[in-house]
Amino acid sequence: MFLVPDFKGFDFFPHGTRIDFMRFKGLCFALSILAMAISLGLFFVKGLNYGVDFKGGSLIEVQSKSGPADLGAIREKLGGLGLGDVQIQSFGAPEDVLIRVEEQPGGDGAQQVALKKVTDTLGDGYTQRRVEVVGPAVSSELRRTGIIAVLAAILAIITYVWFRFEWQFAVGTVVALAHDVLVTVGIFSLFNMEFDLSIVAALLTILGYSVNDTVVVSDRIRENLRKFKKMEINNLLNLSINETLSRTILTGVTTIAVLIALYIFGGEVIRNFTFAMLFGVVIGTYSSIFIAAPILDYLGIKRETVVGVEKDGKTAKV
Amino acid sequence: MLYFSRWKIIAIVATVLAGLIFSLPNFVSKETLASWPSFMPTQQLPLGLDLRGGAHLLLAMDPEEIKKDWLTSLRDAARKTLRDSKIGYSGLGVQGPSLQIKLSKPEDKDTALKELRKLIQPVGNAILGSGANDIDVTEGTEAGTVFITPTEQGVRERISQASASSIETINRRVNNLGTSESTIVRQGADRILIQFPGLQDTKELKRLIGETAKLTFHEVHPSTTAEDAKLTSAPAGFKVFPGDASEGGDHLLRDSPVVQGEDLADAQAGFDQQNGQPVINFRFNQSGARKFGAFTKENVGRPFAIVLDGKVLSAPVIREAILSGSGQISGSYTVESASTLAVQLKSGALPTKLTIVEERTVGPSLGADSVDAGRRAGMIGLAATAILTTLAYGTFGIYAVIGLLVHGLLILALMTAIGTTLTLPGIAGFVLTIGMAVDANVLIYERIREELRAGKGTIAAIDAGFTRAFVTIADSQLTTLAAAVIMFWLGSGPIRGFAVTLSLGILTSIFAAVTITRLLVSLWLKNAKGNTKSLEVPI
Repeated sequence: MFLVPDFKGFDFFPHGTRIDFMRFKGLCFALSILAMAISLGLFFVKGLNYGVDFKGGSLIEVQSKSGPADLGAIREKLGGLGLGDVQIQSFGAPEDVLIRVEEQPGGDGAQQVALKKVTDTLGDGYTQRRVEVVGPAVSSELRRTGIIAVLAAILAIITYVWFRFEWQFAVGTVVALAHDVLVTVGIFSLFNMEFDLSIVAALLTILGYSVNDTVVVSDRIRENLRKFKKMEINNLLNLSINETLSRTILTGVTTIAVLIALYIFGGEVIRNFTFAMLFGVVIGTYSSIFIAAPILDYLGIKRETVVGVEKDGKTAKV
Repeated sequence: MLYFSRWKIIAIVATVLAGLIFSLPNFVSKETLASWPSFMPTQQLPLGLDLRGGAHLLLAMDPEEIKKDWLTSLRDAARKTLRDSKIGYSGLGVQGPSLQIKLSKPEDKDTALKELRKLIQPVGNAILGSGANDIDVTEGTEAGTVFITPTEQGVRERISQASASSIETINRRVNNLGTSESTIVRQGADRILIQFPGLQDTKELKRLIGETAKLTFHEVHPSTTAEDAKLTSAPAGFKVFPGDASEGGDHLLRDSPVVQGEDLADAQAGFDQQNGQPVINFRFNQSGARKFGAFTKENVGRPFAIVLDGKVLSAPVIREAILSGSGQISGSYTVESASTLAVQLKSGALPTKLTIVEERTVGPSLGADSVDAGRRAGMIGLAATAILTTLAYGTFGIYAVIGLLVHGLLILALMTAIGTTLTLPGIAGFVLTIGMAVDANVLIYERIREELRAGKGTIAAIDAGFTRAFVTIADSQLTTLAAAVIMFWLGSGPIRGFAVTLSLGILTSIFAAVTITRLLVSLWLKNAKGNTKSLEVPI
């Protein structure tokens, strides 16, 4: 244009790649099924390290007014209060301490009593940076809405994909989505990372991102099905994945770059959240290439129905 | 796809300008804003409690407690009614969800039903009503038994009123702290959410809301006014109570109250039977009725004062002795102010216990740290995206970056205009949309490259790129939007803030990619065509 001189960008990725993704499908399926099984096993055996949102109890972040906090002293003081499980850990800076008190028996009011005990015991040497107290009534509600939110999102996405594509695509999508959610949950269980309300938001976004990727590939498959009426389905899936590969990688890289910026500079409070997103973007990209597309081969797509869509479909023909 | 009519270009430029104007206040300080001309928008994006620091408390009422209290006050009322109409009873007590009355003489049943039915109040709007009653007075199967049962609507109305009263009381209490920015809203059927920006230590707040509002009825000094008392000194046993000018200003009242709020059983807004003026009907419990009856008998024609939290609410004149235990407060009330006062009166009378079921407090220092962290992450994320896009797509990449900046501007403007609060998850959502916004451009540009490789001419390839990619963009972004909408719908607190920015971000990113970038590309094309140089796509 007038202000910006014309210059070409680097074409990062070699085009016309013919990587045989479908060759790995058996291996990938096996690996993914294994990963899902392990995640389920971890979820049921080891469980998740639920945050106060879902488990109830108190979370108190304090900052020492004079130099690094003495975790040992705090542990000793708070240990004698008889509040059950009290976890004390350093949080980001050496002055910052995170205290978690398990849910107290005796209903909602008991949590406030425990909180008061803790803050009174800590005394004036510490300033409160953050307090989160969730009673049993609210935590059970949050658990319920969290599960409903994830299921409802998956359902809405399936309905949309089913409506816009063939049912085979919807099946591929739902398997890929379930895979992404399960494996992310499994990772949280494996590393004992805190699972709270913000992680549910992350899961929902991972769903959105993953389906975004899947839809782009599916869209190309549908287009190619119309274009190459005679091509063998395996080759056609391969071709579609290869054709969209540069886009998949470039979008993935920019999203990951932004998430890494958030992870490093976004502060301690949202670190778990950004970790979930980072992991989810990677796993979501993987699943749309290695699970959602290959599954179409197993399910079989009838060309006639897809071509039929074109007539009344809104797809513009160039 | 590449032609833009003149008015379309004007519309796009206008949108961007509007975005600029509405987001502008966020880049300057509050002091600078004050000096701006009045036609400029000066609204800044409100920061959530997690960013500016503050307290968030969720209080819950116990519906069972409210029901129990109501049955107790109904029992007092029934006892009084029966005694007044000289109906003997051998039993009067709460049984399950109802109040059971055993009459001494079964033949009194019809009179009892008639008298007790006077206790029935319509539920709902004071003027229109809803046809439903708050209680049912029915005959038991056993001879000579009468049941008074709160209806479902009645209970719901009770809980709703208790919630409204509590919010009133809390509001007044909280205003005593000298801050005006707190918001106290009802959440669900029986919960109250308090948000208190800037408050770090919640001890004081918890103490204030932990207490019940104190309502008292006082004797007004018969001769000395508050002004006189202020000049000299108050007579023994009397004290000056402050009051609003609209309610007659300050009053000189006897220090010890005649009746206290605990003795008030009920208060309802209604209308005067004679002149149809809005009034407040109140009812004392037994001991209150006795004390108030004796007092009013001696003070007909003189005012008494209704005092709430040490402040005179009103000082109506006693027209006649009130022996029934129920009375009417009349004055220059509108329908609204009458119901407000009724609610206020009841907030003292119905001190239902509020339990804190959720608390989230963020100190200002942590909030400021989060804002800094979010800003830094956003800048770095934006820079990384801009560099990657420019490297990958050259001149067209720069157009995409311009589209990206417009996207950032518009999302900021939209959030400011709507008045959504920016939260930490909101910042994360915003930063994420930056990364995802590029996706639309990537889809378009990759498509253009493909079409070029397939041997299409420049114009055809660009046109095909935008047209074909749009379907994919719509499909992929709409599914993410669906997830975001569900997050907003089901989510609470942090999830909501994230969902709002994500949804708005998806919309503005589509606009930026398919409109702004496309306009820039079309302008480039127009310019290139005018040049003698070959039409080589800088992509």
